[in-house]
Amino acid sequence: MQALSELVEAAASEIDSASDLAALDAVRVSYLGKKGELTARLKSLSQLPAKERPAAGQEINKAKQEVQGWINERREVLESAALEDKLSRDAVDVTLPGRGYSVGGRHPVSRSMARIERIFRNAGFGVRSGPEIEDDFHNFTALNFPPDHPARAMHDTFFFPDGKLLRTHTSPVQIRSMVKEGAPIRIIAPGRVYRCDSDQTHTPMFHQVEGLVVDRGIGFAHLKAVLHQFVEAFFERKTELRFRPSYFPFTEPSAEVDVLWEEGKWLEILGCGMVHPNVLEAADVDPEEFTGYAFGMGIERLAMLRYRVDDLRTFFDNDMRFLRQFR
Amino acid sequence: MKIVESWLREWVDPDLETAALAHELTMLGLEVDGISIEGTNLNGVVVAEVVAVSKHPNADRLSVCRVSTGGKKTIEVVCGAPNVKEGMKSPLAVSGITLPNGVQLRKTEIRGVTSNGMLCSAIELGLGDESDGIIALADDAPVGMTLAEYLQLPDAAINLDLTPNRGDCFSVLGIAREVAAKTGCALKSADVVPVDSSIEDILPVEIPLPEGCPSFAGRLIRNIDPAAKSPLWMVERLRRAGLRGISPVVDITNYVMLELGQPLHAYDGDLVQGAIRPRLANKGEKVTLLDEKEVTVNTDTLVIADDSGAIGLAGIMGGLGTAVTDQTKDVFFEAAFWPQDFMTGKARSYGMHTDASLRFERGVDPQGQARAVERATELLLQISGGEAGPMVHHISQENLPVAKTIHLRRARIANLLGVELDDQLIAGILSQLGLDISSVDDGWDAVPPSYRFDLATEVDLIEEIVRIHGYDEVPEKTEVAESPLQIVTESAVDLERVSDTLIARDYDEAITYSFIDSTADTAFSGSESELALSNPISSEMSVMRSSLLPGLVSAVASNVSRQRERVRLFEIGKSFHGSSAEPMEVVRLAAVACGPALPEQWGSRAQVVDFFDIKSDVEAILELSGNEGDFEYVAATHPALQPGQTANVIGGETVIGVIGKLHPRVARLLELKRDAFVFELDAAKALASAAPIAKPVSKFPAIRRDIAVIVDDKISAEQLVKTAVSAAPDLITDVRIFDIYKGPGIEARLKSVAIGLILQETSRTLTDDDADAAQAAAVQKLRDEFDAELRD
Repeated sequence: MQALSELVEAAASEIDSASDLAALDAVRVSYLGKKGELTARLKSLSQLPAKERPAAGQEINKAKQEVQGWINERREVLESAALEDKLSRDAVDVTLPGRGYSVGGRHPVSRSMARIERIFRNAGFGVRSGPEIEDDFHNFTALNFPPDHPARAMHDTFFFPDGKLLRTHTSPVQIRSMVKEGAPIRIIAPGRVYRCDSDQTHTPMFHQVEGLVVDRGIGFAHLKAVLHQFVEAFFERKTELRFRPSYFPFTEPSAEVDVLWEEGKWLEILGCGMVHPNVLEAADVDPEEFTGYAFGMGIERLAMLRYRVDDLRTFFDNDMRFLRQFR
Repeated sequence: MKIVESWLREWVDPDLETAALAHELTMLGLEVDGISIEGTNLNGVVVAEVVAVSKHPNADRLSVCRVSTGGKKTIEVVCGAPNVKEGMKSPLAVSGITLPNGVQLRKTEIRGVTSNGMLCSAIELGLGDESDGIIALADDAPVGMTLAEYLQLPDAAINLDLTPNRGDCFSVLGIAREVAAKTGCALKSADVVPVDSSIEDILPVEIPLPEGCPSFAGRLIRNIDPAAKSPLWMVERLRRAGLRGISPVVDITNYVMLELGQPLHAYDGDLVQGAIRPRLANKGEKVTLLDEKEVTVNTDTLVIADDSGAIGLAGIMGGLGTAVTDQTKDVFFEAAFWPQDFMTGKARSYGMHTDASLRFERGVDPQGQARAVERATELLLQISGGEAGPMVHHISQENLPVAKTIHLRRARIANLLGVELDDQLIAGILSQLGLDISSVDDGWDAVPPSYRFDLATEVDLIEEIVRIHGYDEVPEKTEVAESPLQIVTESAVDLERVSDTLIARDYDEAITYSFIDSTADTAFSGSESELALSNPISSEMSVMRSSLLPGLVSAVASNVSRQRERVRLFEIGKSFHGSSAEPMEVVRLAAVACGPALPEQWGSRAQVVDFFDIKSDVEAILELSGNEGDFEYVAATHPALQPGQTANVIGGETVIGVIGKLHPRVARLLELKRDAFVFELDAAKALASAAPIAKPVSKFPAIRRDIAVIVDDKISAEQLVKTAVSAAPDLITDVRIFDIYKGPGIEARLKSVAIGLILQETSRTLTDDDADAAQAAAVQKLRDEFDAELRD
């Protein structure tokens, strides 16, 4: 009969060489199964003299445990190999594109408008709006445009047959808001405006943001500060500003504001001034008690500078290849 | 307006380079739009005297001239100009230089005679675009002086973009005053020495309407030399200012206008019949103007008339019948003050726009008429000779504008500017601007000069002070304002969130025009727009849109035509309704989708977008409000949408929007060659919201029971769901339709609908018996309502 140690050694070698779980199980059955060799040894103990049985039994049990341990270890190895094999077969090409939607683009004009609103809201400005079909009173007369004044002609107004018009600027919201809310007031009013003009640098519709602050003791120095802060907030950098005397019927003193752009060029970005006393009066605000400033800026102009768009008309082409760049 | 630098410097000459001068102008509010430098590249061109002219031996049309440039030696040149003559002075370009027109001058032999240079025409020197020979310089032109020095070249023409309030700046004098005030430099006096009259002749002038003509200065000059030519210096200045030289009389009126800002008109004194009478036009009165066009004048327009009728439009353009010609010997100069009230908008109403009308509309100095006539007379006598009659000046003091005293408060200046300025500084600026000021307790009383008719109120003066002082000098001050915290409302869904939702669902945001083609608008509204513009840019932009969809569909179409397969655009903006008398503006959000439902991808089934894709976008938006259960979708018809694939979105019993497939006919109208699905919602109605009220979340498991019922094809999914829920509203928390089947095994006009009922209680675990009972109740209810048959 084979020595137990040889039997154990043989089992070890068979376990090691079992290449898969089925082979390993066959090894297990051949040693530890009902008819397995080690099982048979245990059964044959009874043939030994009683005195030798405990020692021999102990030895066989030890061998059995040893073999079972190796089988377990081997099974773990084979099982994890099998899992890895299965997983590796499930591998995907991670560079293939994902499924479903991508993300659309936000129009650069509304994106700019949203930023401008946020900048002013953060400083305590309210946001107001007004009608786009306006009357002469709110668009011109209340804003101190005398009848037949050349400044009216310069506005290239779209009219309706009954004399109503499309607002040429967001300034009528100044009047409407002051009449409704009185002073003090701190607001901006973004929206669409219309001028009867169409060429490379003009579209018949564009967007403006109006600003209006009326309070006790508001001066030109405050206007200069708020616009400088705005421009730096919008462009996210230190920027030099130049206030140039100009003329708007509804402000006095009036200024056009230039920003120092690349190559030392001054670019005009907005118009502003101190609210004209006649405008305050038209809105029932006492110009002796209150003073204020107002400004108006073209959003397309700001967006063109910010996003380096060189043709105004691009904004209204709605070409997806353009819009998708603003996500 | 173009200002000629050398001309300006004759009036005020600050120690500033051209660029620095331009900067000062801009910072005065006289915006410099551009600067063009005239007369560069004149090196090597000098004033020469033609000492001898002889015929070219071999060419009839050429002359051989000996010219002197001041030295002892003379130079021989060949000249082809017909006007060359002995003793004349003309610019000479010597061989070896390049002329401004690019011609390189070499010593050449012309038909056997060597030419050592060239006598030049205006064209050759870049000093004009027409010429009738070589330039004839004045007899006193210093021989040997460079032409550049003699003609004050190079010179800058500074283009100014003037604001409409500064009529006083439409002249060299006006700009010079501003420069003088800003720089403190001395200003040449604008006073003119009156020209004595040598004859007594006058042209009678009558002023029947003094309020329309409060000041009228005129003068008759007889026996001028009709053959006289305008001197080069004058023609040059006019040219640099953008005007062409025509004849001495016309050039003088232009010159004086550019210099002093007062438009003048010159008549042929012999052609005026009787007295000159400025008056309002008679009904139907006609006049033929200098441009040879006949206009019928409205009765609100001032004309100049003589005994024969209207002979010119006052302040706009003179008439052809009394115009000066090359035969004119008697000239009548007119300088009038036509008040702005009579002038605004008039020229435009005849489709005209002249240098004179521009100035009268913006306003001229009411004290400047006599001065202008004196100046013109002085120049005419100099250039064309003649004998001047006496100045005739009709003034109606009571109709002339009166400069009012303006009270200026020291405290108001500080208040409005946010900075305190020194009293001396303020008084100094006002004086420099020509205001007559006197100190009073709280500030000053100031009377503006006649030419500053734009100054009438205290704030006008404050603007002047800061303008001259410099906007740069005002410091920046951050205001301290009360700024109480504001409500951040949840009563409506923020439009930003809606944009973000649609962008996250792969829509690009578009901005389309508010005015569209009227046919396109009618295709969507079903009726003619009452919001048509009187003066649209084009017929494609002629009515206010009653829907955002036509514009969006067109934008989609143009993307499709640019080879985009899959286009999805949305817009948030106003639609316009009602009439212009009572317009209504409604903020809407609209979207159009066409092409594949999903971007083309290796692992997704390619499927063209359909009703339910776009419906899920609408549902997503409505879900933002938290009120999604309150909205219903009801099959409907719409003028622009395909029947059977159109639904109204109902909220609170009103239609708040529409979803559907674009009608192929409308797609064709808008040049879209694909199927498209669209929706449009009223933003306020769709996005009304409230702060959500939290409900407890059940800790007990849910039970799902699936049933399939066969019902009439016309029964809507919504009807089935509502009815099923109503059978056990407390238990059925959700209903899912997970299959619709029509076809073999189901009778025609019937359908099988598979419904999943989700049952759950918040306080206990449901038993099978509970679920069975609820399921049975739902089936029974469907059977009762719709004759539904349970399918196994």
